[in-house]
Amino acid sequence: MKKYLSFFRLRFAMGLQYRAAALAGVATQFAWGFMEIMIFRAFYRADPASFPMSFSATVSYLWLQQAFLALFAAWMMENEIFDSIVDGNIAYELCRPVDLYNMWFSRSIATRLSRAVLRCFPILIVAAFLPKPYGITPPASPGHFLLFLVTMILGLLMTVSLCELIYILAFFTISPAGLRLMFDSAADFFAGALIPLPFFPEKMRQVMELLPFASMQNVPLRIYGGSMTGYEMQKAVFLQVFWLAAITFTGKVLCLLAQRRVTVQGG
Amino acid sequence: MTNTHKTLHNTTHKDSAHKHMRPPGRTPHNESRVRKSIRLYLHYVSVNIRCMMQYKTSFFLTALGQFLVSFTAFLGVFFMFQRFSRVEGFTYSEVLLCFSIMLMEFSLAEMFARGFDQFSGMVRSGEFDRVLVRPQSEIIQVLGSKFELTRFGRMLQAVVMFVYGIIRSGIAWNLSKVLTVIFMLIGGTAVFTALFLVYAALCFFTLESLEFMNIFTDGAREFGKYPVGVYGEKMLLFSTFFVPYALIQYYPLLYILDRRTHPVYMFLPLLACWFLIPALMFWKFGVRHYKSSGS
Repeated sequence: MKKYLSFFRLRFAMGLQYRAAALAGVATQFAWGFMEIMIFRAFYRADPASFPMSFSATVSYLWLQQAFLALFAAWMMENEIFDSIVDGNIAYELCRPVDLYNMWFSRSIATRLSRAVLRCFPILIVAAFLPKPYGITPPASPGHFLLFLVTMILGLLMTVSLCELIYILAFFTISPAGLRLMFDSAADFFAGALIPLPFFPEKMRQVMELLPFASMQNVPLRIYGGSMTGYEMQKAVFLQVFWLAAITFTGKVLCLLAQRRVTVQGG
Repeated sequence: MTNTHKTLHNTTHKDSAHKHMRPPGRTPHNESRVRKSIRLYLHYVSVNIRCMMQYKTSFFLTALGQFLVSFTAFLGVFFMFQRFSRVEGFTYSEVLLCFSIMLMEFSLAEMFARGFDQFSGMVRSGEFDRVLVRPQSEIIQVLGSKFELTRFGRMLQAVVMFVYGIIRSGIAWNLSKVLTVIFMLIGGTAVFTALFLVYAALCFFTLESLEFMNIFTDGAREFGKYPVGVYGEKMLLFSTFFVPYALIQYYPLLYILDRRTHPVYMFLPLLACWFLIPALMFWKFGVRHYKSSGS
């Protein structure tokens, strides 16, 4: 456990060094969030009655999404890992007395957390001071906020464990570019990164909420705005725990299989 | 992998420089500079395509991936319109028309000008030094460094949406409207190419590619699926006079949809090509200030 903690510390400290990149990221996320809100405002003005959640809950969802993008964006994978699999440097990692899966896990969490820590506060603070319908509103209740934090951690773990699957599949496909593109677009769509899940038609939404992708950003961001009922929240948290266990288990098994038949590329 | 690419690229180029550049009975002086550049560029393109075809599976998977990426963007629009019937007076099929034209413009620009998009790597690795010592325009060389045929996956998606939009929207087509679409494609490709050029020129000063610039390229593709007017008055002003998105998307669209009838709307997309001028000036300025980063 101790070695994985030091992997985590190392990566986290490294991630905090990229402050200029973070500043550029904040500006980008801010512009992106602003444009998203403008689209939803146009739809809201066209037909407020068809809006599945309140406008301010939608705005909060969008700002939180931008602020914590680094935690939940499935496409933010570690290029180093793919590179090491493709160019053969993975051999060095395999010689070390560490478990590949756990090491990647701690590394990914550290990278994502360090990015989020640097980026979330400026976005949240500015969004909090924006005029009424366009700013982020306080959480629905202290209880909602607490549950938001818990589900956010679960969502982060879930995102990382899904990404691990792709890293491991790269062992089997060698050229991960196509696979990544497909995973990225599917994850973005099913997780509610493109449009929040409540905006989908009822039946479609019910199915999508059962998928592992819905356990990433969908749960915490919707709990914050209070657009879920008590029963829905219970079900969502249960699903998060279930999928996290299932995906992590699958990943670990696949990782063992991959290591048994690994072919090191290059030399 | 990159190494083999590079050597393959260079050797084929050198061989053909003897073969193609000086055809018998014609000295290089007789040929105009422009024609020579075009010939060279086409040669670069063919080398790139042949290179890419060495990895066929990867090529088709990436093209398929590109198709899927824009397909989910389409699904986003589709499901929003399951719930809402129109946005700011635009119906579903009209938005699709707008989205598909924007996507075609973007994919064309990305296909041709991808070299600028990946320019930061060229600066950091010192590859640009080699470009500068060759007796050819550096723009042609950077343009030719990458021809992204995989973007045809995205293009295909755009064409399918475009056809669907045409059938559903019930527009009475005439010559001037067809011309407007062609002008939009020309103007749009020019605007996005100019943006990639600015993006690349910034690397002369920052060495890194600036994440923020993505909002003007990827962001414009993403948000350009809805007509710019949807984003409010201020955004429309910005995209008319600063970065001319509205000229290649919103105004000509209004003309196609018969919301505006004055023929000036037809030619606005061509006017948007002016945006290439400051972009080129900025690029030249950047080249003059280029300090090699070493390799």
